[in-house]
Amino acid sequence: MSITPELDARFRAAALAEGLVDVRYDVMESPFGELFIASSERGLCRISYHPEGQDEEVARLFGARVLRTPLDGVRRELDEYFGGTRREFDLPLDLRVAPFHEAVLHELARVPYGRTDTYGSLAARVGRPKAARAVGTVMNRNPLPIVLPCHRIVGANGSLTGYGGGLHVKRALLELEGAMLPS
Amino acid sequence: MMEAVAIPPFERFYGEHASEVLGYLRRLLGQRAEDAWQETFLRALRAYDRLEHGRHLRAWVFTIATRVAMDELRASSKLLLVEDVDGEPLEVGRPVYAEIEHLTGELPPKERAAVVLRYGYDLPYDEIGAALGSSEEAARAAASSGVRRLRRRLSAPASGRAGFARASVCDADQKRSQ
Repeated sequence: MSITPELDARFRAAALAEGLVDVRYDVMESPFGELFIASSERGLCRISYHPEGQDEEVARLFGARVLRTPLDGVRRELDEYFGGTRREFDLPLDLRVAPFHEAVLHELARVPYGRTDTYGSLAARVGRPKAARAVGTVMNRNPLPIVLPCHRIVGANGSLTGYGGGLHVKRALLELEGAMLPS
Repeated sequence: MMEAVAIPPFERFYGEHASEVLGYLRRLLGQRAEDAWQETFLRALRAYDRLEHGRHLRAWVFTIATRVAMDELRASSKLLLVEDVDGEPLEVGRPVYAEIEHLTGELPPKERAAVVLRYGYDLPYDEIGAALGSSEEAARAAASSGVRRLRRRLSAPASGRAGFARASVCDADQKRSQ
């Protein structure tokens, strides 16, 4: 006995209407493959280039009442960004990270579209000029890539260094933004 | 020390059990299954963040579904629900469930639920008892009572009335079929 789409949709709507959902998530297509996106009640809480197992991850962090439903606002802004018509995101965020991470990500958010900055410079701006390595770790564990633009942080010599979604994606994002010329 | 089983994200739990719970409720309620199904999963979702571990989630959701169904059946029945429990529990050989499954709709609600849960969904008697709000013994008795009733029904003459001589409870659905 399988569930009709109508029955399924009715249940999901009722669940949301009753405010029973801790996290909503969806998987959307992007120029770089599938993106896992998730929002808690407070805001966007996760973006991942590797959707597999992310539902369990957000359940661990935000609560087990996880439901897959479209996140139209998030999807639209990301589509606009990939299409080159949006430079800044206008989404409430739910960042639950340690204080140092929060400070670094806050500074990261100020790196403008189309520009790059270095790990060392970011470290200096949070008052820890010798903590470039630690900043690298924060970038590595950024729960909201693309929206918090860790792709704009490069090594002191301009090398791309690393990126969770893969270096080719980092390069493509910088080219999209005009921070880097297509090779 | 028992290893803690993580609670799966609700979406996964829903994906695993939504279909079979609907099938179960259709057997108990017929056309009224869809509302009961939605109520079942909303109740599960409401309680989901209070679960302590992820073990026995299938039995848990079937328990909820059974209670929702019982509420529905009691609300719609015209007669008093009388528990029909026989003397000593019989050692009942497993019937070929598929052959008699279509007849379970004619059983009183508690027996119907016990038979379906036992032979259709393989739940152990202590969990069936929990689902019915009664003891393991009562669950066992309800299931064997239901099976005996079904067997009499199968061996009864075409009119099919004899097997229900002692039935003291029925709901709107059964009244229609008699």
